[in-house]
Amino acid sequence: MAVDRRASDEDLALVARLRAGDEEAFMELVERLQPAMLRVARMYVATQAVAEEVVQDAWLGVLQGIERFEGRASLRTWVFRILVNIAKTRGQREGRSVAFSAIAGDDLDRPTWDPSSFLGPEEQWAGHWSTLPFDWRGAPEDRLEGVETLGVIRGALDGLPPMQAEVLRLRDALGWSSDEVRNALDISETNQRVLLHRARAKVRAAIEDYLGSGIAR
Amino acid sequence: MSETNDVRCADVVELITDYLEGALPSEQRARVEAHLAGCDGCSTVLDQFRQTIRLTGKLREDQLTEPQRSTLLHAFRNWSSGTLLA
Repeated sequence: MAVDRRASDEDLALVARLRAGDEEAFMELVERLQPAMLRVARMYVATQAVAEEVVQDAWLGVLQGIERFEGRASLRTWVFRILVNIAKTRGQREGRSVAFSAIAGDDLDRPTWDPSSFLGPEEQWAGHWSTLPFDWRGAPEDRLEGVETLGVIRGALDGLPPMQAEVLRLRDALGWSSDEVRNALDISETNQRVLLHRARAKVRAAIEDYLGSGIAR
Repeated sequence: MSETNDVRCADVVELITDYLEGALPSEQRARVEAHLAGCDGCSTVLDQFRQTIRLTGKLREDQLTEPQRSTLLHAFRNWSSGTLLA
């Protein structure tokens, strides 16, 4: 089993400041983690208001536990473990037990790519491209790099099952490692990769649709 | 189209993330690499995944609202006065 990244020197310095009662250090951590914490809490509880309460409780848990932080995981992983525990407990107390498929999606064992893009089993080259994928290098560069593409990505993320979207955000938008993400979200190594792949595939498809619209293929 | 007939494009597109994560066993990794080297369609897809990852990296998180910030600051001050005086 892979070992989670241990706390970095930066983490340890931040923890030392927290223990010393440095409120700037605390607010720095809050600014960095709170948006993702709210999204994760929301997966397990019924309303945004309850998710806000869960996140506040998690921060209190972080402060109360900070003396016991040993640096065996990164600080953000440790914060999310506290959060996810509180969110799950709160959800269960409200009689809302959330099935994994409800937040991760029920399409995990299906292909991400349209099967009709490939030659059928009766063909000599079964499983190979029947139609090559749209090569978006033909699209104008400023269209790909433009701010609108970020809107397309956000729109695609909003349409994904929340756990798929969150794995993608933590990994590709926020730069967490795979071990940090699976430990933070309490999912297996395999599920982490499956969710990431599905999310990337759907975002890729959304970018293709955006770039392909209005261009002759 | 690739001449390495044992790996199908339909499989390779599902292995892109495992490939990029370094999660494929070495023999399978070698077969996927050989396929990618000879297959325009699959190497286009690999390139598009890399672009997708790069572009997603430009997303920024929302800012905290003022009430959220002041609630937490208040909680922190309560905690630190209690802890540090104790």
